[in-house]
Amino acid sequence: MKAVSPGKGKKTKTDSTEEIWNLRLYVAGQTPKSITAFANLKKICDEHLAGKYRIEVIDLLKNPLLAKGDQIIAIPTLVRKLPEPIKKIIGDLANTERVLVGLDIRPVS
Amino acid sequence: MVKKKHDVDVLEKCPTGIKGLDEITKGGLPKGRPTLICGSAGCGKTLFSMEFLMRGAMDYGEPGVFMTFEEAPEDLAKNFISLGFDLNDMTSRSLIATDHVYIERSEIEETGQYDLEGLFIRLGNAIDSIGAKRVVLDTIEALFSGLSNAAIIRAELRRLFHWLKDRGVTAIVTGESGEKTLTRYGLEEYVADCVILLDFRIEEQISTRRLRIVKYRGSSHGGDEYPFLIDESGLSILPITSLGLDYPVSTEHISTGVPKLDAMFDGKGFFRGSTILVSGTAGTGKTSMSATFADAACRRGERCLYFAFEESPSQIIRNMGSIGMDLARWVKKGLLRFHSARPSLYGLEMHLVTFHKVIDEFNPQVFIVDPISNLSAAGTASEVKSILTRLIDHLKMKKITTFLTDLTHFGGSLEHTSEEISSLIDTWLLLRDIELNGERNRGLYILKSRGMAHSNQIQEFLLTNSGIDLIDIYTGSGDVLTGSARTAQEAKEKASELTGRSEAERRLRAQKSKRKALETKIAALRAEFDAESEEMHLMTEEERKRKAVLAEDRLEMARLRRKEPSAPQAKRSKKKRERRVR
Repeated sequence: MKAVSPGKGKKTKTDSTEEIWNLRLYVAGQTPKSITAFANLKKICDEHLAGKYRIEVIDLLKNPLLAKGDQIIAIPTLVRKLPEPIKKIIGDLANTERVLVGLDIRPVS
Repeated sequence: MVKKKHDVDVLEKCPTGIKGLDEITKGGLPKGRPTLICGSAGCGKTLFSMEFLMRGAMDYGEPGVFMTFEEAPEDLAKNFISLGFDLNDMTSRSLIATDHVYIERSEIEETGQYDLEGLFIRLGNAIDSIGAKRVVLDTIEALFSGLSNAAIIRAELRRLFHWLKDRGVTAIVTGESGEKTLTRYGLEEYVADCVILLDFRIEEQISTRRLRIVKYRGSSHGGDEYPFLIDESGLSILPITSLGLDYPVSTEHISTGVPKLDAMFDGKGFFRGSTILVSGTAGTGKTSMSATFADAACRRGERCLYFAFEESPSQIIRNMGSIGMDLARWVKKGLLRFHSARPSLYGLEMHLVTFHKVIDEFNPQVFIVDPISNLSAAGTASEVKSILTRLIDHLKMKKITTFLTDLTHFGGSLEHTSEEISSLIDTWLLLRDIELNGERNRGLYILKSRGMAHSNQIQEFLLTNSGIDLIDIYTGSGDVLTGSARTAQEAKEKASELTGRSEAERRLRAQKSKRKALETKIAALRAEFDAESEEMHLMTEEERKRKAVLAEDRLEMARLRRKEPSAPQAKRSKKKRERRVR
């Protein structure tokens, strides 16, 4: 599950908007919470950020050193690297409303 | 408390290296288990934890991880460099790893379930990177303020402590004091093995830090509140309990520095390792006595520690120069160390910790406090007594001769110390003023001296420019005189003694001549008597001869007359006749 970029890279490149959402999801192995989080995230992104996002999944079990850089303590943690400022959302992202607020995404009309 | 036999095989201890703590805990913190250090802000939790790691890394070869939730490692490094701990150096030598866990609530949104595996991974990674045996989490409570789901945090904490145990690291977890609980978030629920409470109290504007072991599962430990000190060499904790009365004693004597005073103590001076108190009112020479004793110790090549609560070292040295004592040379030689501080500088406990610390550093044979009465400025009488009891026990244990002075106040009883420590004292000297004839003189006497014969005399105590001298006080004719009165009295006595002696001689001479005269007289009388008796003898002899002649005549006459034998009658009549004839 390392650095899975769910194939949306092409889309971002084709998109004309400069704003690319660079999201990083920290997990620790394939736990149910991680899987749920990833599924939830993908759903939200597809709905609200279609074509302009990139998700990087980082498995801390494989890259433990990366935890320090983004100040990760909880798993799963979603970090919005871009656009700045950095935002963090922890949890399995079950509550879409909160994820949107946390990521500062204005719901598409 | 677990059964004793388990102590041996189960409860291994991890020495902290913090001065005094390992004695209280009988070996250190429980090895391989977490310990909770709690206390209010500024009580020294972080320092305690950091010193635990530093000492572990430096002295016990156990690298450590410092996970800080509050201060950044750069700030920590800055803070601890003043205590002699170079965090950056330790980090670069892979002896200590730091990780700053920064949780900013405003940056974090929570949605749904999560766990703290990230924290575990970071910690595990840090431990593995240097092979750490010790871990500090300072303070993990930040999780509670950074995250909102307390239920998750609690579950994860429980898991964390199990995990720490599984990893076999000796961990310290710090926590802020709560209102009713030991820690604000009840960390004590999770850390059940050892809980240490640090306290920072202010009494009468003087602050004292104290440490208490709230619990220590599976081990006996001291249960008192122990004062501790934070200074340039880290933490020092002082075992508050008295060491008991089983200290070794010495029969060796050491000189007081004043030969005549030695003479008062059986000619030998004080016992080594005994406790000596000199009490007296102001200006009776207590400091001079102390300095003399210090000087004598240094002359013997011993180290002497001098705690001055009233004067600065240079002032003492200058003043003692005036009575012919050069203390500066001992200071230069490193035999004498002064430690001057105002008693009110800090709390009593702090004084005691300082005493201990300096004593342990300098390792003196002679320890002087001048004066102990000033300590009462820093605490109540009972506190001072308890401090001194502990101090004296400690010193006795180390066979250090202790010399204390006590300022007695005018009007108070001389045989009473303001600290009520007389029972702790082995030898008690009293210096007192003797006011007489418009003069004030110093007197010295021994109030008590355990275990040796000692003089019961009051001696006059003189400060000369060659040191202290003692003079026998004038005690003749029912008077006790000192100073010039004594000198005058002695002169007077000498004079009267002289006149008395010549008078006696004169009388003796007169008596002799009288005797001679009498003897002559006796001789003359005897001669006269002899002469008389000689004459008497001659006369009786003549008489006898005359009678013999008469008797012969009578016989002759009778023969001539041929008379009949009725001689007696005839004799009588004849006698009568003879008388008539005469």
